[in-house]
Amino acid sequence: MVKRCLGLIASVAVTLLGLLLVTFLIGRVVPIDPVLAIVGDRANADTYSRLRMELGLDLPLWRQFLRYLAAVAQGDLGQSILTSRPVLEDVLRVFPATLELATVAVVIGAALGVPAGVLAATHRGSLADHVIRLLGLVGHSVPIFWLGLMGLLLFYAKLDWVPGPGRVDIFYEGLVEARTGILTLDALLAGETDVFWNALHHLALPSAILGLYSVAYIARMTRSFMLDQLRQEYITTARVKGLSEARVVWRHALGNIAVPLITVIALSYATLLEGSVLTETVFAWPGLGLYITNSLLSADMNAVLGGTLVVGSVFIGLNLLSDLLYRLLDPRAR
Amino acid sequence: MRDKAAVTMSDASPPWRAWLTTDTPQSRLQARLGRAWTGWRTFRRNRMAMAGLLIVLALVVVAALAPLLAPHHPYEQDLANRLLAPGPGHWLGTDSFGRDILSRLLYGARLTLMIVALVAVTAPVVGLLIGTVAGYLGGWTDAALMRVTDIFLAFPKLILALAFVAALGPGIENAVIAIAITSWPPYARIARAETLTVRHADFISAARLQGASSLRIILGHIMPLCVASLVVRVTLDMAGVILTAAGLGFLGLGAQPPLPEWGAMIAAGRQNVLEQWWVAAMPGFAIFIVSLGFNLLGDGLRDVLDPKGD
Repeated sequence: MVKRCLGLIASVAVTLLGLLLVTFLIGRVVPIDPVLAIVGDRANADTYSRLRMELGLDLPLWRQFLRYLAAVAQGDLGQSILTSRPVLEDVLRVFPATLELATVAVVIGAALGVPAGVLAATHRGSLADHVIRLLGLVGHSVPIFWLGLMGLLLFYAKLDWVPGPGRVDIFYEGLVEARTGILTLDALLAGETDVFWNALHHLALPSAILGLYSVAYIARMTRSFMLDQLRQEYITTARVKGLSEARVVWRHALGNIAVPLITVIALSYATLLEGSVLTETVFAWPGLGLYITNSLLSADMNAVLGGTLVVGSVFIGLNLLSDLLYRLLDPRAR
Repeated sequence: MRDKAAVTMSDASPPWRAWLTTDTPQSRLQARLGRAWTGWRTFRRNRMAMAGLLIVLALVVVAALAPLLAPHHPYEQDLANRLLAPGPGHWLGTDSFGRDILSRLLYGARLTLMIVALVAVTAPVVGLLIGTVAGYLGGWTDAALMRVTDIFLAFPKLILALAFVAALGPGIENAVIAIAITSWPPYARIARAETLTVRHADFISAARLQGASSLRIILGHIMPLCVASLVVRVTLDMAGVILTAAGLGFLGLGAQPPLPEWGAMIAAGRQNVLEQWWVAAMPGFAIFIVSLGFNLLGDGLRDVLDPKGD
């Protein structure tokens, strides 16, 4: 067990190193000259070459990579040109907003996806099964940013059920001290219930749309896990014992697929962090996705690569977590 | 391709059908056509898959005949008639430059098809090569190649594509490169898995005993066996490719204006979405229908070509 976990950690370390290598190489192939970006094009050759040396750009690539590793290990992701602050500081400031959005979305995804998958499995081949399968396909085919725009059009402009883009109405902005960075939580901590409800309203549409994205995947996996279980003999035994069908399905069968389901949900959480890039752009949600795209459009490479590195690491971390959970919780995997 | 051969046969008289469905084929061609025929029959029974096939064929036809079908030129501006609602003359309305949205959508089908085709001929080929070589040679080659594959697999695809586009510069070619770079690893995984199942088969040993080189065995004997499952996976992935390309276009990193790329068209319609909804809505429908088509087709193909997968 310990040995296998060590192996897992080693492979994650290699993956992280690979991620760093990729962000490093991307940073090197960029057609933007990092020296010119700092000194400007009117600097003389002397200043230019001195800064070039200071930045270590005259070193061989592998030594530059080692310098990069050392810097990242110290939490130095460089300066953002756009905000002229350290990238790490920026990323830590915007990340909670993304976390909030993705967390609510994954809760919605699981709350809808698991029952839908169970229903599809217990009523295999029925109309409900086909409808759920079709909805899953639709969810896989619709561009999420378009769905967001159409959602705003319908629920904000036409029906006026939800507030417009942004995290909170403008007159509530800055009222609550950012302790966790998760606005709904901060508002509750500060006892500002008005702000809390307003923020929750703002959260509703983007998180629902992002959540729908994962419903399809969670429902499909739940369905296939459930079908596997319902074939087993212990299910027949439970039925013969006279247990109610609800108890057989929701307690016995679902209980046995809990572990793989948790890993599926953890994985879709990771994809939601990624899906938030487009959603945040549509809803002007000040999270990591919006930060990365804004930096991209102003060629702020440090910020882009820093953001990529953070999302990539969280992604790898969630993958590792789901793997570890699986091994810890499922006795068969030990 | 094979299915198309079978399409023409479907109208044939019963003797043809008997020839196709015989269990004692006289030639390799007959056996292949017969298998395609039974596959086509299974496929045809699946109505959703047929709908998918029709959508994809429609995309190809529209892309090929765009100049004939489009009522207007896709770049022709008409500022007097900007942001017209859908109606006669402009069936899907006009955008903020007075360009006909329907015509732009029809021409945009060419870009979508081009992106799909370019990714479909690059990423799976790279994946196939890496997967079969790793699977057949085994040992250190396998370990190293699969490590690289795993690293790429562990990345968030869209974010990585964004970073690549940031480095290469925006544009439709770079978007295609970025998507291809991020989408080969699953193919390598599949090809390797398929290779491992046949590596120790007798016919491989026979080929090796006859003096065939590793290259010859991989190219001639192993790769063809991997194609079926790859085709299924590629078709299923095409919806994702279309969505990623549209997403890059939407963010302004894919196709640049005035190209009628669907994602970029949605971005252009975004400013007026609350008033003139059709400018952003119509391209979204197009993306949705085409990716749904690929998803349905892929699902159907999986049932025919790769029954063990489900």
